[in-house]
Amino acid sequence: MDAFIKEFPERFIQVGIAEANMMGIAAGLTIGGKIPYTGTFANFSTGRVYDQIRQSIAYSGKNVKICASHAGLTLGEDGATHQILEDIGLMRMLPGMTVIVPCDYNQTKAATLAIADYEGPVYLRFGRPKVANFTADNQPFEIGKAQLLAVGSDISIFATGHMVWNAIEAARLLAAEGISAEVINIHTIKPLDEKAVIQSVAKTGCAVTAEEHQIFGGLGDLIAGVLARHQPVPMEMVAVNDSFGESGKPEELLVKYGIDTPHLVAAAKKQSAGRSKSKCC
Amino acid sequence: MASIDELKNIASQIRRDALRMVHGCQSGHPGGSLGCADFFTALYFEIMEHKTDFTMDGLNEDLFFLSNGHISPVWYSTLSRAGYFEPKEMYSFRKLNTRLQGHPTTHEHLPGIRVASGSLGQGMSVAIGAALAKKYNADKHIVYSLHGDGELEEGQNWEAIMSAAHLKVDNLVSTIDWNGQQIDGPTEKVMALGDLNEKFRVFGWDTLQLDGNNMEELVSGLKKAKSMTGKGKPIAILMKTVMGYPVDFMMGSHEWHGIAPNDAQLAKALEQLPVTMGDY
Repeated sequence: MDAFIKEFPERFIQVGIAEANMMGIAAGLTIGGKIPYTGTFANFSTGRVYDQIRQSIAYSGKNVKICASHAGLTLGEDGATHQILEDIGLMRMLPGMTVIVPCDYNQTKAATLAIADYEGPVYLRFGRPKVANFTADNQPFEIGKAQLLAVGSDISIFATGHMVWNAIEAARLLAAEGISAEVINIHTIKPLDEKAVIQSVAKTGCAVTAEEHQIFGGLGDLIAGVLARHQPVPMEMVAVNDSFGESGKPEELLVKYGIDTPHLVAAAKKQSAGRSKSKCC
Repeated sequence: MASIDELKNIASQIRRDALRMVHGCQSGHPGGSLGCADFFTALYFEIMEHKTDFTMDGLNEDLFFLSNGHISPVWYSTLSRAGYFEPKEMYSFRKLNTRLQGHPTTHEHLPGIRVASGSLGQGMSVAIGAALAKKYNADKHIVYSLHGDGELEEGQNWEAIMSAAHLKVDNLVSTIDWNGQQIDGPTEKVMALGDLNEKFRVFGWDTLQLDGNNMEELVSGLKKAKSMTGKGKPIAILMKTVMGYPVDFMMGSHEWHGIAPNDAQLAKALEQLPVTMGDY
């Protein structure tokens, strides 16, 4: 945002600590052909202004790009008041809302550019901590197209946001134990690339989802729904289990709330073991 | 340029339309619709430069936003009588598959509407955004908005009021329908509004006050508001109206905020409102 302000000071509108007004002003700017991007914490980009987004943006079909930082537990020390874990669910329930959760800096940059060319409201979620930047620089970003990051045959890991890096790490640890994990980055929650999900589990026969979000309403629910309708297989969700967060270091919180790499590895081993059992019996 | 008498005649028809719409589906908000019919008439038939060949972006024309969307009947009638759509479509108000939804929406693509409203307190922010877009586009036209007085209890308005002054949105004319009534009773009893004129002024707005049920005063006041634009401040019009005006048994009470007249009540009301443009 700082770079944008420096380059285009006349196109940056400071609205203060007034998120509801910000959403309305953004909706109004589209009337006249502008493409507004809003910027604040994910908590104040969603829950605090849900009715404004619902009526003035989503229902009104406005071309607003809601860019939400500091999502999830990894906000860390600020604690549960600011660690929203419900935003993916809130936003994906809105008719017509596109929901994007990129996994690293390069992908966030690519998504930020790509959504300008897409006509319609978008929710773009990202986090605060420094995480591995592992996807390609200057990559194309295709809204609604899942990204296959590792090919595997024993289990499908569907991850979103920061948890994609954990999924890659988990796949490496699983490989050392002879388990071949397929890792798919679901950077677009809505519209979901259902075909990629179905094709992967048709091959692996089981799935684990990973997200920095409540277990209700997020990626896990979404994948479970697709699998139940099209390709029922055993699956497990690695997500925050119906709980608020708390203060702490990001990595400590991921451990305490059961969404760090070891938890992901354990969930994957459990599922792939069950799959082997069901195969042999 | 319409004469004052011609405007009064149009307002009479708009009031008839609004009441007949609410009666037709036995649902809707007649009180505020009647009270604001003169304002809508003056705005659309005398003050605004607007195009009935509707485009969402509304470039090079004045725009209007209705924040208190529940008075949709008066807006629908105004839009129809101004030429945005055929008057016969008013039959469909609040009925299944209608473009004339209970509260205004872009979702059904009714010409003249640029954002959904109904959940209160959101319209001024949107109007500010549209006014800023006009500035970016070097479009010298004005953005008008209307808000209920009770609606000012919603906190988002005060975020918007503060920001409009800070951002020098001087192409915005926001009118408050100061009828002193809201769904639960008189505003003074529910949540006292205090000195609204002073409140807007200390927030950095220019203000003017007028009688919203006096066509001469409305036209001259809205023209004056127009002349006050472009001077660094947003403009607030504090418009005194009488809810239900001028139907004798509907006036001055919150009782007719959101109930439909029955057959006898409609007939009695319509006797007081001459047909001037032909009923739909």
